[in-house]
This record gives sequence, structure tokens and C-alpha cells, in this order.
Amino acid sequence: MDHERELTMSKTNMADNKTEEMTGSEMVLRAMKDHGVKHIFGYPGGAVLPIYDTLFQDNEVAHVLVRHEQGATHAAEGYARSTGKPGVALVTSGPGATNAVTGLTDALMDSVPLVVISGQVPRHLIGNDAFQECDTVGITRPCTKHNWLVRDINDLARVLHEAFYIATTGRPGPVVVDIPKDIQFLKGPYRPPGHIRHRTYRPKLDPDQAAIEDAVKMMTAAKRPVFYTGGGIINSGPEASRLLRELVEITGFPITSTLMGLGAYPASGPSWLGPLGMHGTYEANLSTNRCDLLICLGARFDDRVTGRVDAFSPHSKKIHLDIDPAQINKNIRIDLPIIGDATRALRAIINEWQKTNAKTDAKQLNAWWKQITQWRSKNSLSFTNSDTIIKPQYAIDRLYELTKGREIYITTEVGQHQMWAMQRFKFEEPNHWMTSGGLGTMGYGLPAAVGVQMAHPNALVVDIAGEASVQMTMQEMSTAVQHNLPIKIFIINNKYMGMVRQWQQLLHGGRYSHSYSEALPDFVKLAQAFGAIGLRAEKPDELDAKIQEMIDVKRPVVFDCVVDPHENCYPMIPSGAAHDEMILSDSEADPEVSEAGKVLV
Amino acid sequence: MATDPLNQRHTLSVIVDNEPGVLARVIGLFSGRGYNIESLTVAEIDHRAHNSRITLVTSGTPQVIDQIQAQLGRLIPVHRVIDITLETPGIEREMALVKIAGTADQRSKALVQAQSFGAELIDTTDTSYIFEVADAPGKIDTFIELLVPLGFVEVSRTGVAAITRGAEAM
Repeated sequence: MDHERELTMSKTNMADNKTEEMTGSEMVLRAMKDHGVKHIFGYPGGAVLPIYDTLFQDNEVAHVLVRHEQGATHAAEGYARSTGKPGVALVTSGPGATNAVTGLTDALMDSVPLVVISGQVPRHLIGNDAFQECDTVGITRPCTKHNWLVRDINDLARVLHEAFYIATTGRPGPVVVDIPKDIQFLKGPYRPPGHIRHRTYRPKLDPDQAAIEDAVKMMTAAKRPVFYTGGGIINSGPEASRLLRELVEITGFPITSTLMGLGAYPASGPSWLGPLGMHGTYEANLSTNRCDLLICLGARFDDRVTGRVDAFSPHSKKIHLDIDPAQINKNIRIDLPIIGDATRALRAIINEWQKTNAKTDAKQLNAWWKQITQWRSKNSLSFTNSDTIIKPQYAIDRLYELTKGREIYITTEVGQHQMWAMQRFKFEEPNHWMTSGGLGTMGYGLPAAVGVQMAHPNALVVDIAGEASVQMTMQEMSTAVQHNLPIKIFIINNKYMGMVRQWQQLLHGGRYSHSYSEALPDFVKLAQAFGAIGLRAEKPDELDAKIQEMIDVKRPVVFDCVVDPHENCYPMIPSGAAHDEMILSDSEADPEVSEAGKVLV
Repeated sequence: MATDPLNQRHTLSVIVDNEPGVLARVIGLFSGRGYNIESLTVAEIDHRAHNSRITLVTSGTPQVIDQIQAQLGRLIPVHRVIDITLETPGIEREMALVKIAGTADQRSKALVQAQSFGAELIDTTDTSYIFEVADAPGKIDTFIELLVPLGFVEVSRTGVAAITRGAEAM
């Protein structure tokens, strides 16, 4: 089956422009330019030396030298998510490729378009356990949307064009093109990308009109409707967010979003309920639980959203729009699937709504909003502030207030700080919030900030971090300093792996097994050692001035925000529980977590 | 075979581009997502278009079978996936080579069984002989069971090949 083929028939119909002869390395660079790539993130090594040599002689594509290939992939993710363009990384064979695996998996889980080029040992050494050899396509097969080992120079141009096409269309995702070193030296024909019609890959973009009509009928009949939107809206492009806002306005329905979908609908919008799920707001989760119509747009009923699946939104009909048919009925039974691109489907729904002069049930909708207002009055994100110690919630509130109105991009690491950022930072626009949702990768935020800053040199880019997460990819501060990227690493330092500590408190009898960092670096001195600015705030009354200093300085900053080490993140739906079984504060935090619940992550 | 009425055996036909790694993608999907493979056969069916046909026998609830089909559909080199079990119903056949080493008495009994199953005697030595049989998988199971007391040594089975009835291609 896996036999090598001689020059394959063209799988994509490339425009028959004049074919140019060039080396494999030159093809890689040319294909990047032909696909509009301006920045790549990479790390050189033996098996990619020819490509680096070509890069050396080129002055169109900017290369950002990272300190670890994981950093290259996360930087490319940050770049992609803040621009809507594919992120590109270049890594060497063996450890270069294996180090990229975390970023590839992260991008696969969160549907981020990445094109990763890896070097491979020359063809005659493949399978010989050669120096820095690994089975890159084998290792990355389950963590990419697709991958290729290029065995023939005549295939290289086609594969590179397919790689960009597959990464960026349909449900976006990461791809790997593994290129043996001898192929990089060989000369072969290069044809520029043309109109692509792939033999087998044809994502369905246009929704079925019948499904759109049914959706509008269900929406007009609904008494207690809720929109539940996700990263699919962001991935579909800014027009999808605009159409979503229009649909929410003409229907008057309440809207909640997943972690990945923040910013598609503005946090200041009147219909906004806040995020839903394990650490979502009371009103978002109760609305999801009690609604009679759940309209899921570009989300995938992740376990962090649903909690106990048999108790998830038990009384509702469910509409599910997704570009990926495999998401339908995967976790939750769907009444009306709509397969297609979010922009096209939203436009079709709005058109149908207007064409049929659709009306909502105003009386029922009023009563529903009245109920929601009552849930809102619980003020589930409130916390008890302190004069003597910085509360993490307060730190994020102040960061938000002091940066409001600026062009600001937020990345995060993973843990409590990430959930507080999700709850408290108010996003008004899509593509301004970069976080590792599906994979939950500690160490994502710092390199992601590098990528975001590269794409938006004049914007304020802040990584809301935890002191544990940030140490996983701290070396990328060097990258920021080298490339004059004034990223701000805002560390919510509670000395614990906060979310691990919180679970140990709630589920494991307060046995804080290895979740306390006995020896932390002095982050101010560490910043200085990197050639960055180090700042520290330990008291609430010094916080504003220090944050202002961080904003004002045009250099990379590591901000050590020393916070209450024992604060927990609420609200919280304990694992294995339903949406109406939320814990709102420490005083309620004696959850009856079932044995089955404890097994869940 | 599972006895849960919701957990049923399904035969899937998958047409793929015969490119390097395609079988690994299919198998990796099954192991990575925890689906069963009871049988798998694969061969190129169109040498000019480089298309292969994979026939998979799996089991699961209707929801799992739907997921398997959808997940297979996401693989880039996959052209089409159909559930042969749900189609009109499909025809399934498997080929087996069965080695026997028995006494003269057992041998004549085995030949009678072979005749009733349409098995062909394709090799004989002084002490052993080999039957070739092509039939529905359950029939082959039965044939082998009958040969066990008659000097059965070993069997090599191809796995299931399946095709839909009627004039149309899948």
C-alpha cells in the first residue's frame, strides 16, 4: 500500500503558468511568498540548512529565531489567530520535529491554520536510524490535519500548495511538509498556485437551504432560546462576527460563547451572558440548562462546556452549525444539523429571516429575559477584595481598565489565570484573544504573544500568565528581546499551580501533592537577565502605577504580580455535575463530587 | 460478537487515494479514537487512478458507526465511505486457506465436508492437504469448526471483501 510512486499525476489543477526550474529550497521560499507569507518562526539545524541558506539570500520573508521549536509553533498559532492568515514554522529533523508536536496538537484541537516545514535526513538514509532522524510523518499523523513526506522533487511544488490550501480551508488545522535534505538541493519544476480543485478534499461551505428554513422556523417558535457560539465564528473571518451581531440584534436572543469564541459578539453588547461551561457565568449556564432552543454556531460541545452530558440542556431542541460534519451528534444529540461555513450560513439565516418577515415570540422572550436578569443579579463573578493583598481578579480588572480603548491583544497560559481572564477581560472584537482551549497547553501564551506582536508591531500584546505555566517556555523572552517585540508578560503569581491546587482542595482532601513551587525564580531579575524590563507589584495600592509603567515602556516586560495564593476560581461546575449544580464561592465549596466525577479530568 | 442490540456489526467500504501512509491514517484513526476493527482488507482497485478500496468490519452503536463514518470522511485522501450493512444489504465474502493433517478416515470425512462447502483441494502432500474456501465469514467459521476434529492444523483468512447489490457503484 505504502509503495513509492513515480511522478504522480497532478492532484490539483494548477494554473498552467510558465513553469520555472529551481531547487527544492527555493521552491519552499517561493511557495511561501506566493501564499502571502511575510513571517516565519523557526530554528535551524542540519536537515534544513539548504532552506536556511536560501532564506539568508532572501529579504522578503522575515524569520523569527525562536529558542525552542514548541515556541515556533505557538508563535505561529498566535500569528495565525490574530491575523486570520496561516502561521508558518520551519524546523529541523528529529528533535526539531518532535519539539513541534505540542504546538501541532494544540493547533489541531483549536483549529488553527499552521504550515510547518520540517527537514528530514536525505532519502537514502531514511529508515537507517540516521543522526537526527525520526519518523516525522508517523509521529505527526495524529496531530495534523494532513502531512506529507516529499520523496520526489517533482511533487514538491504541488505538495506545498496543497499544504496551504488544506491548512486554511474547511475546518482549519495544522499541516506538516517533511522534506528530505537531498530534495532541498535538487532542481525541479515549480508552478505557482492556481485554482485548486483537490481530488478528494472538498469541504462543504454552502449550507442546505432546507436546513436554513427549518432553523428560522425553530427560532421563531422558540420561547427560551440561547445562542451558543464558538471558535468557528472567529475562524470563518470577521464577516461572520458582523453577521452574528446582526442576527443577535434582529432576534433579540441572548448569547453565550465558549472560551474560543470570545470577541465574536462584544462583551459590552446587551445580549451578552458571558462565557458558559465549567467556569462560565451563572446566567450563561442556567440559560443553557433551561432553554428550549439551543443554537450552537461553530462550537463542538466540548466536555468543558457540557459538564455531565445526560444533564446538558435537557429540555431543548438543538441546532448545530459546523463546517466539520464529524462534530454533529459526537457528544450531544442534535435535532437540526447545518453543515457549512459560518459566514455563509449566518448570511443565509439572516436572508431567510428577512425574506419570511420572521417574528419572535415577543411575550415569551420578554419573560425569558426577565428570568435571565434575575440569574444575572447573582453577580456570579463577584469576589471579596482586599486592601492588603492583591486578589488575582482585581489584578485582571485593573489590567483591563488601564488598557481599555487601546489596540490590545491578550494571550494566556493555562489554569486559573486563564479562566479569570476569560471571565473578566471584556473582548469587543474577534481575533484579539489567543488561548489554548482544547489541548490546554501551559506555556502557550508567551510564544503566542511573540507571534501576535510580530503581526501587530504597534499593538499592546499582553500574556496573562501564571508563574508555573510561564516557566515552560520562558526562554522565548530571548526571542522577544532579539526581535524588539515589546510583549508584556503579566504573571498572576500565586506560587501554586493554582488550578491543580484548587482541584486538590475540592476533590482530594486538601492534599496539595506537588502543586506548590518551592523554588521560584526572581522574575524581576530573570527579566533583567534576558535584557527585558522586570516589574513587581505586591500591594493593591501600587498595582495601577506599575501596570501603567508596563504599558508605557516600549520594551518586553515581565510583570511579577504577587497575588493571594489561596484564591479559587468561581463559579465552578464540579466535574461530573450538571449546569445547575454550580459552586459560586468558597462558602459553598464542599461539593459532593461523585466517584465517577473524580475520574473525569 | 456483542449481544447488546444497540452494538451492531457493520461493514464499511472506503475508497481512498492509494498514497503513502493512507492505511496508517485509517488504522490510526481507529486506535486513536478507540473503535474496533474486526477485519480489514485493502487492495488497489484502479491502477490508473491509484484508488484503493478498504473494507472494514467494525462494531458499535448507531451513533458510534455514524462517528466512524464521519471521522473517516475527514481524512484527506478518502473519497467515499459507505456502510455496506445498511445498503440493500451488501454481499460479503471472505477467502480462507485451511491446512489439515489427518488420518485416512478423517481425510475422507473432511473431503465430504469440503464438498458441501464448495471448498477446493489445492495442495496435497503425504501427510497434509490444503483447502481453499470462499464464502460468507460465518460459513467459513462453521467450516473450520467442522474440520477441528478432522486434523485441522491452521487457517489463513483474507478478511472480508464486500460490495453493494444493484446496478450502481458505491
